[in-house]
Amino acid sequence: MPARERPGEGGKARPTSKSPYTEIVTPALLAIGRGELNLEAVVGALSGAAPGADGAVVTFLGLVRNHNAGRSVRYLEYEAYEPLALKAFERIASEIRERWPSARLALHHRIGRLDVGEASVAIAARSPHRGDAYAACRYAIERVKQIAPIWKREFFEGGDVWIEGATADPDDDCARAEAERAACV
Amino acid sequence: MRVTVKLFARLRDIAGSPELARDVAPGATIGSVWRELAREFPELARYERSISSAVNTDYARMDHVLSDGDEVAFLPPVSGG
Repeated sequence: MPARERPGEGGKARPTSKSPYTEIVTPALLAIGRGELNLEAVVGALSGAAPGADGAVVTFLGLVRNHNAGRSVRYLEYEAYEPLALKAFERIASEIRERWPSARLALHHRIGRLDVGEASVAIAARSPHRGDAYAACRYAIERVKQIAPIWKREFFEGGDVWIEGATADPDDDCARAEAERAACV
Repeated sequence: MRVTVKLFARLRDIAGSPELARDVAPGATIGSVWRELAREFPELARYERSISSAVNTDYARMDHVLSDGDEVAFLPPVSGG
């Protein structure tokens, strides 16, 4: 599905000229693209590393809402600076490894036109205990909103507007601390 | 030397193009490219304090000195998720 992706841990290589057989491809841990999101694939991307040691998977699915700031939303159009968005996702995964060493992250973001009710982002966090998985999952979505170079244009009844949220500065420690506070409530 | 400028979201709408090629003097920084653009497209000026910038798909500061062939990106406040 994704236009750009990083291979999942333990993923098998895609077919090469040396192998005439199609191998099983583990879904990417981090991806951005135009295809519909599949939460099972996002969860599946985390199944490789230590399947017996983990006791929790927490998932988050972000959906296109039919209302925003008093407007009736018809649909959204997402665009991204894709290579930098993937690097931002990698940074978020690495921040999570630092803060919750036992937790692992998978994150897929969709771009293009999304209708009301469709999923724009799918996140899974997996760890031995639920506390870290919940925290890592919440932290990931907060950080996506802060630093991923992705934009949504809202088409509503009567017009359209680019939504402008956080100033993307990955080195802003206050923003990072804010995401951590949200994750640890 | 020549750099490619990539613009996103509202910045792209203002400039009317997602990508511009610009000739710049040696020693040019991201900031000097931005100021030049803001002169060309005055509506960009109000983003001065809220944009982020990147060079060759890595975040970089406005005082970063550019090289020939660099890809400079200007990013308005983000709204993913």
